Amino acid sequence: MSSADTTLKHYFVSHEQQFDAAKLGMWLFLVTEILLFAGMFVAYAVYRSWHPEVFLQVSELLDWRLGALNTVVLLASSFTVALSIHFVQKGENDKVVVLLIMTLVCAAIFMVVKYFEYSGKFSHGVFPGAGFEPHGIVDGKDYSKYDIPFAPQFFSIYFVMTGIHGVHVLVGMGLFGWLTTRVARGHFSPQYYTPVELTGLYWHLVDIIWIFLFPLLYLI
Amino acid sequence: MSDESHNYLNARKGLWSWLSTTDHKRIGIMYAIACGAFFLLGGILATFVRTELGEPGETILGQDQYNQVFTLHGVVMVFLVIIPAIPGILGNFVLPLQIGAKDVAFPRLNLASWYLFMAGAIMAVCGWLFVGKVDTGWTFYTPYSSGASNAVLWLTSAVFIAGFASIFTGLNFIVTVHKMRAPGMTWNRLPLFTWAIYATGIVQVLATPVIGITMVLLFLEKLLQIGIFDPALGGDPVLFQHFFWFYSHPAVYIMILPAMGIISDLMGTFSRQHVSGYTFIALSSVAIAFLGFLVWGHHMFVAGQSALSSIIFSMLTFLIGIPTGIKVFNWVATMYKGSVWLRTPMIYALMFLFLFTIGGLTGIMVGVLAVDVHLHDTYFVVAHFHYVMMGGALIGLIGGLHYWWPKMTGRMYNETAGVIAAILVFIGFNLTFFTQFFLGTKGMPRRYHDYSEFLEIYPEFAVLNLASTIGSYILGVGLVMILVYALYSLFRGPKATANPWGACTLEWTHTGPIPDEHNFHDTPLVTRGPYDYHLADDVFGKKTES
Repeated sequence: MSSADTTLKHYFVSHEQQFDAAKLGMWLFLVTEILLFAGMFVAYAVYRSWHPEVFLQVSELLDWRLGALNTVVLLASSFTVALSIHFVQKGENDKVVVLLIMTLVCAAIFMVVKYFEYSGKFSHGVFPGAGFEPHGIVDGKDYSKYDIPFAPQFFSIYFVMTGIHGVHVLVGMGLFGWLTTRVARGHFSPQYYTPVELTGLYWHLVDIIWIFLFPLLYLI
Repeated sequence: MSDESHNYLNARKGLWSWLSTTDHKRIGIMYAIACGAFFLLGGILATFVRTELGEPGETILGQDQYNQVFTLHGVVMVFLVIIPAIPGILGNFVLPLQIGAKDVAFPRLNLASWYLFMAGAIMAVCGWLFVGKVDTGWTFYTPYSSGASNAVLWLTSAVFIAGFASIFTGLNFIVTVHKMRAPGMTWNRLPLFTWAIYATGIVQVLATPVIGITMVLLFLEKLLQIGIFDPALGGDPVLFQHFFWFYSHPAVYIMILPAMGIISDLMGTFSRQHVSGYTFIALSSVAIAFLGFLVWGHHMFVAGQSALSSIIFSMLTFLIGIPTGIKVFNWVATMYKGSVWLRTPMIYALMFLFLFTIGGLTGIMVGVLAVDVHLHDTYFVVAHFHYVMMGGALIGLIGGLHYWWPKMTGRMYNETAGVIAAILVFIGFNLTFFTQFFLGTKGMPRRYHDYSEFLEIYPEFAVLNLASTIGSYILGVGLVMILVYALYSLFRGPKATANPWGACTLEWTHTGPIPDEHNFHDTPLVTRGPYDYHLADDVFGKKTES
């Protein structure tokens, strides 16, 4: 190991050991993320099983077309990030930069769609919890008819789950921006590309959580 | 082995060299200072509580102040002392040394976890002191917490932030044990302390995110009235209890498992014998970590949980007794025909055996459905969990600190003072809490600042409470004495040798009196088990009197 090799920390014996440790650490972190969301999924399951008819009725207010669009956008971004890991392993960094920017753009589209969904709801009095006072008519639906008991709980769960998911998307955007500049500056090589791989793992988790959120909140 | 003039303590100088360090040993020392300060704070609050209860009627605290004081006592002791202390102090200092690693897998994350811990701690204490007093108890049950002043937000945010410190510590140790072991350090050669910290890490990683999201939801409940937990808004307070105990019961094993690991190492070293049932002790830690996730419902036997779930949770609770019993019997068997050397750490190990067994068995008692209905929310429960948390976790920590003190500081402490303090702690602790078993079975409820109305039926409440309060003072004197001789040892204590206890694990056999900055000159090659005391004395060095 040459002394100029700055990517190997002194307390590791080899690049393999360092890479394996980082990857195991990331997997454990993803486990904690799953458990963090698990709490909210449990809250969803409990309130849904207590008030299935309310959840069925109120979920009509969410636009499944926007949800489906975001699902497609996120799936596409998972594909581009997987390709970026493939190319960084082969050392083709030009392609990596393009793919990471594409991922970043997909994440931004997701957030823009989410912004329009949220502001559309807020403008008709659909807030989480005590502020819930639906009014107005959208797409032939009279919002005031949805002011029923336990409808606020549905929207509390909707806003908390998609909100915390959205925070994760924003963090992912920050990571992709940071990675792009590092790739452009030539920090990564087929010998050392750990941050790209780990961010990819993180992004797949963000994607998977949305894959569960979309049908549970929009479709059923 | 190592040049004594050069070690991790003097490798770099100045306050900033500590605050910016990524050395696991220095981070361990920083946790020790922080947890020590919070233990002092929590102890002073406990003294207020006991003094108020020393005699009937209102003495030094009013009703509301009493509620606020026991709340902060609980929050500080649980979240800022017992949960972080053993992994933070001894896990950090000892674990990489025990497996022959140069550091943990993620040293910067390790430092970040200390800063997160401190941020949470400062938020909790300052929020309570300056923003407003919180009187919800450490469990933050709704609707107490959803109806309380906004100061509760400071405490719940603090728990959220300190929770991430705990997650990062546990994650770091799991990866370190998997990936950083020295050549020859196979899984069945891991010291049992390392095994226990590893099992603890699993619980920290799996359980802590759930308290995180619970605190976020509680935060939003107060801020936006989201109506998930608050019954006034259609929420369900029992759901909060489920969420809370899904973390907080496994958290009991975050507290006790590392202490059990310390006791295993102490039993081996001071009985100078291979730890009996090594594999069983190692795997029982993992079994406890696993079973610990399946018993949270036993906190809600009287909270409106269905009878069927209560029966199942009760049965699962009994199962915990099996791996725990395996440990206790193996510790006793380790001493059998060993050459037991009664130094201060071993006295604490024996104390643990005695106190923890009482704590564990009374836990089985409150796990019985019918008995729990009688004992729920009485002083019996208070006594039970203090026997586990203080008599188990903290006594284990104190024993471990006495054991590794020479390695951490390079100094010995006064053995006579150590023994006297240990005796004071033992007498004081039992006088404080054993009396509370009697109070509880008679029905004295917890969280009351005054019990004079019960005296007509139970006049003995007065004398039992007085005895308990006197016991707490004796306990306090014992603990302060430890602090005094520890500080004296730090400056004036005789220099320790590299292996004063003649122990067998790598941190004693392969480092100097004070370890180097990077632990080992050469990566150790491990060719034997952690407790192979049957090999000759000259392999490990003879035990040396200070």
